[in-house]
Amino acid sequence: MILKPQLQDIKNIGYYSGKIIIGMSLTMLVPMVVGLLFTEINPALDFLIATEIALIIGLILTKLCFTKKDLDWMQGMIVVSLSWLAAMLLAAIPLYLSGHWGSYLDACFEMMSGFTTTGLTLVQDLDHLSYAHNLWRHFTSFIGGQGIVIIALCFFVKGVSGAFKMYVGEARDERLLPNVIHTARFIWLINIVYLILGTLTLGIVGIANGMKPINAFFHGACVFMAAFSTAGFAPQSQNILYYHSLSFEVVTIIIMLLGAMNFNLHYRIWTGDRREMWKNIETRTLCITIMLTFLIVVIGLNQVGSYPRALIMFRKGFYQLASGHTTTGFMTIYARQFIDEWGNLALVGLICAMALGGCACSTAGGIKMLRLGVIAEALKQDVKRIILPERAIVEQRLHHLKEIFLEDKQVRAALLITVSYLVLYGIGTLAGMFYGYPFLDSLFESTSAAANAGLSCGITTPGMPAGLKLTYIVQMWSGRLEFMSVFTLIGFFVAAIKGK
Amino acid sequence: MKRAISLIFLCGTVCYAQQLSSTELINNAKEYDGKSVVYVGEVVGDVMVRGDFAWVNINDGENAIGIWLNKELAGEIKFTGNYQTKGDRLEITGVFQRNCIQHGGDMDIHAQGIRKISPGRVVSEELDTNKRNFVFILLMVLCLVFVFVRRQRSR
Repeated sequence: MILKPQLQDIKNIGYYSGKIIIGMSLTMLVPMVVGLLFTEINPALDFLIATEIALIIGLILTKLCFTKKDLDWMQGMIVVSLSWLAAMLLAAIPLYLSGHWGSYLDACFEMMSGFTTTGLTLVQDLDHLSYAHNLWRHFTSFIGGQGIVIIALCFFVKGVSGAFKMYVGEARDERLLPNVIHTARFIWLINIVYLILGTLTLGIVGIANGMKPINAFFHGACVFMAAFSTAGFAPQSQNILYYHSLSFEVVTIIIMLLGAMNFNLHYRIWTGDRREMWKNIETRTLCITIMLTFLIVVIGLNQVGSYPRALIMFRKGFYQLASGHTTTGFMTIYARQFIDEWGNLALVGLICAMALGGCACSTAGGIKMLRLGVIAEALKQDVKRIILPERAIVEQRLHHLKEIFLEDKQVRAALLITVSYLVLYGIGTLAGMFYGYPFLDSLFESTSAAANAGLSCGITTPGMPAGLKLTYIVQMWSGRLEFMSVFTLIGFFVAAIKGK
Repeated sequence: MKRAISLIFLCGTVCYAQQLSSTELINNAKEYDGKSVVYVGEVVGDVMVRGDFAWVNINDGENAIGIWLNKELAGEIKFTGNYQTKGDRLEITGVFQRNCIQHGGDMDIHAQGIRKISPGRVVSEELDTNKRNFVFILLMVLCLVFVFVRRQRSR
């Protein structure tokens, strides 16, 4: 029997969602201040309007739904999934007011793409966008990469138990410190240190490449936020091709790889345990899959012979591959070149890389290396069981931060999420084909959206059908939250209608 | 003599170069690879000087394409496009490269000559009074909500 949600459920969900909306509204003050610094008055007003609207909604929700009760698992999951939708709707207001997005739906698409660290974009005339709006695009990916809820956890949520449920709902489970709120604060501290170092490095590279210092550091901050969050936004319409610089590409590859690494691993390295890097199943799996998918890409590119020299093929091929595998979405070629010049085999290699994604507990999307490692290890053990004598004891172990004995329920969970991702990639592909796009193009774009990668072969444009925009929004949202929060929200609505 | 021959050759290629949009170049890159083209658009972003040459990115309203040109030619650019500036509008005559060997496979144009079609300018931003008024209305609503919430809590 399905139970209808109680008033207390709605109050809890409303109260905590309100808190997260208040937290989100305050983040919009950052681009507003930047707008004022660059004397961009109208953009600053756009952010002030959006902040005020978000604050009003947040305050009303916390007032009407005031409660002192802590969240249970269902409520925590629903708060997360609803908060991401609310964040998208509110963060899209300043973008829509700027006039650079064709419709409010386009602005919502951009913000979902930002928060989920996807990087697909529908902006028009990006090269004339204000500093404030441009910063906001990148800042949303930085916020979304760490998790919208983490911000609220840092400042507004007191109940540790409920906080942990929301934290898990955002597809994170690292507990670096005993208290989840302290963990959230520590994650932000580490990120801010990385942000400062990354901005300085990219800024210096930009100046060395002939950019004006102010632009070099602004671009440095934006590109760092996009790279470390494995989002694919860039401040100019040509994406990373704008810089025409090998050094810029090398630095961004390093940042993308750092962003795609498990945050627990970062913590281990920070605390001096460098050996974990080489022992960890995720880093090993990532190395293997990068090599395999790159091999496919190289064979594919070699077949079509688009690039005249091996070094050029390596530079272009590896950059797009690293960008796709880490689910960043930076590009040093035009979207159309994927279709016209890469050939089917290279595209399939790239699609596989995007689908697999980065490491768990990172900002990367996709199936994730830990799940792939678990499934591969389970398969290996099953084969061993068949080959070895029946009495032989097969030890199922893997190393992820510590030695773990592999249990069936872990393999089942990994397989379930993997299948969910494959289904999601398939749904988007069908939607693309429904609107008349070829199979491979549809598969490419769908995988890119659902795995939060952000590479585009040219389907994602302001002129694409609204239905496809909505499909990609749902794909980005469910892919980023890794399904559980979204399934819980659907279950909640079903219970509200059918429950007794 | 050599100079004269190269000048005649350059004039010849320029005369036969056809004006193309960025979309035409990107979508038919194979066809135009290594050919002389004329490309018109607005300079956006930075003029990035690299030794005796410079990179500029020119946007024709559809896409932007990187132009590799002589530093002296780049010196003629006075305005580059951004939020507060409309960049110089240039006509570039040069050789289109689908996957430029010199520049790591970038799709670019190696400029042989540039002509300024129209100079750029600073775009003066006027305050949007509708937005300003809306800010004040929302501020009043926000104050009312805030007072209401505070009063309830103090009770």
